[in-house]
Amino acid sequence: MSSRERILGRVRRALADAPGENTPIERTYLREHGDRSVEETTELLAENLADYRAIVHRCSPDDLAVTLAGMLAARGAKTVLVPPGLDPAWLADADAEQVPDRPESTPHELDRIDSVVTACAVAVAETGTIVLDCGPDQGRRRITLVPDHHICVVRVPDQVVGSVPQALERLDPLRPLTWISGPSATSDIELDRVEGVHGPRALEVVLVGAQPGAEANPPQEVPSA
Amino acid sequence: MSGTFVGMPAFPKAAHEAVNNPTLRGNLRHATHTIRAKREKAVAEVSDWAELREAGKRIKDHTLRHLDDYLVQLEESVTAAGGIVHWAADAEEANRIVTELVKATGESEVVKVKSMATQEIGLNEALEEAGIRAYETDLAELIVQLGKDRPSHILVPAIHRNRGEIRDIFEREMSEWGRPAPQGLTDTPAELAEAARLHLREKFLRAKVGISGANFMVAETGTLVVVESEGNGRMCLTLPETLISVVGIEKIVPTWQDLEVFLQTLPRSSTAERMNPYTSTWTGTTDGDGPKTFHLVLLDNGRTDTLADEVGRQALRCIRCSACLNVCPVYERAGGHAYGSVYPGPIGAILSPQLRGTTSEIDASLPYASSLCGACYEVCPVAIDIPEVLVHLRERVVQGGEVTREGNKVVLKPAKGHAAERAAMRAARWAFARPGAVRAGQRLASRTRRLHPRRLPLPGPGKAWSETRDLPPVPAEPFRDWWQRTQGSAK
Repeated sequence: MSSRERILGRVRRALADAPGENTPIERTYLREHGDRSVEETTELLAENLADYRAIVHRCSPDDLAVTLAGMLAARGAKTVLVPPGLDPAWLADADAEQVPDRPESTPHELDRIDSVVTACAVAVAETGTIVLDCGPDQGRRRITLVPDHHICVVRVPDQVVGSVPQALERLDPLRPLTWISGPSATSDIELDRVEGVHGPRALEVVLVGAQPGAEANPPQEVPSA
Repeated sequence: MSGTFVGMPAFPKAAHEAVNNPTLRGNLRHATHTIRAKREKAVAEVSDWAELREAGKRIKDHTLRHLDDYLVQLEESVTAAGGIVHWAADAEEANRIVTELVKATGESEVVKVKSMATQEIGLNEALEEAGIRAYETDLAELIVQLGKDRPSHILVPAIHRNRGEIRDIFEREMSEWGRPAPQGLTDTPAELAEAARLHLREKFLRAKVGISGANFMVAETGTLVVVESEGNGRMCLTLPETLISVVGIEKIVPTWQDLEVFLQTLPRSSTAERMNPYTSTWTGTTDGDGPKTFHLVLLDNGRTDTLADEVGRQALRCIRCSACLNVCPVYERAGGHAYGSVYPGPIGAILSPQLRGTTSEIDASLPYASSLCGACYEVCPVAIDIPEVLVHLRERVVQGGEVTREGNKVVLKPAKGHAAERAAMRAARWAFARPGAVRAGQRLASRTRRLHPRRLPLPGPGKAWSETRDLPPVPAEPFRDWWQRTQGSAK
């Protein structure tokens, strides 16, 4: 008998006298915590990202190239990894040498690159999380892992959801996902949080979208997609 | 389970040594109190905690009730996504499968993500015997591995070490395993984390084989989930060419949507964060991104035996958050090593004796490693009634009875050490079945009360208890006589 058959047989015998049940799981928990406007959700995202030591920037789409160039220069980045589908306009003003994300790059080569710029798939306000799904503007998982400085651009409000349940609804489980909440950290020394272990020690998030107050009229409530 | 725990003394003896170690007690007190307050705050942030906890419990119970179906479904979906599924009935088989898979790659070293399942089966030792070196990459696991130590906490295996001890271990041992500790290393946590980063980086970059566990496996999609903080998990899951994940069969959830419960309750319960820094999910293999080969080893190793126990099976709901350890007054004082298992604390006290059986001295003593205060149940994010299972297992140890071991029903003998207790209970049963005998005894006791000693020192194990306690004073008249005299005639 194979171990597969042995284990399945043991499971069936173990459950022989268990009562049958076919009631669906009741999901009485909330889909989202609290009632927020779109702008408040973005505010909460910024607040929670910063609470876990991500550096948060906000700018309008027109200022994105200048903002990114400024961030890379401030970091002193000489090289920057670029996913294949990243909008070329984003890095049009950057001085750093652009290195494309290639399948043949070795981890050692990636380790010599200063920064990486990506977009994201979705961002979760309640937890201060950005989620990457390896889309063309995000690249392979390793490019946001090996370099020590990650800049992630979030399009607000379209890519922002309030809660974890809402994020899962938007994501495709068949794609490899990386959920990032702040820079790499550990609680392994005396159960106290310290930032900066193996992943990027600097995480900067750019929330790009129409700036509040930049328009004549207050922003309208837009139902998220 | 891991060979490192073979021959452990019973819990009381091991705990006795631990409580007399002031450094250990200080370290544990500091760490558990730090995390307790933070966890309370993180939980209070979500107004629907009770509902999330109830949903988590129900999802897990439902999964366990249909575990055979979900295992088959998981196997199909992982296979369809390009993964290769293996089944291991016990630790030995799992170790053999993993060793052969590593050998087939031609590599002689692997990098490991912290995983309770591989700790449980003693995988590192098995690989070592086959000439394969396994590098632990989680900071706390690294501290344990470098210190030739044993883990003492589910989440933070080196919780028993303070920063000064960690500094000393790094300075002394890192050069044996690779890049030495930086010159002039101090004991600030940030510098220690930096030392670990430098030490492990080279190993990550050259690694060809990664070994992991998983926090969850989604049956409908074949997705595995690893929740972590440092990024060592991401390194092991994405840089190597081959990934081998060893996962207990109870880690299944039926649907992708079910993750919405656990991704909210697990981080808040374990590290007291809204969300842990990194969560990786993967479904089979992805062309051009990450490992080209993915093996999933499904591990039984006592889980189906636990499933056969109607009361005890709820332990399989555990998501290994370790909140129960952090609140436990016994764990705080005794430390993790006293539990003689990779699963310490309250959850360990109900899990180890079920996974391993109660025949060894340590496993028979574990159900007693608790004051039954119930704090563990209060904080458990999947509502495991740990005190209920502890009492159930105590009954099993004392009375024996039918249990399932390796899939077969066996009858356990009652424990030897409880002969006096059983004799006392038999005498009580005899007396209480005979009201006349009870009455005569009570009257005799009342009439001779002036002759009773204040204390009754017992010989043997009862000495410490009886020497320091007064005997309860006997009233001048038994209650039943008094009742007859004052109330009985009123009717």
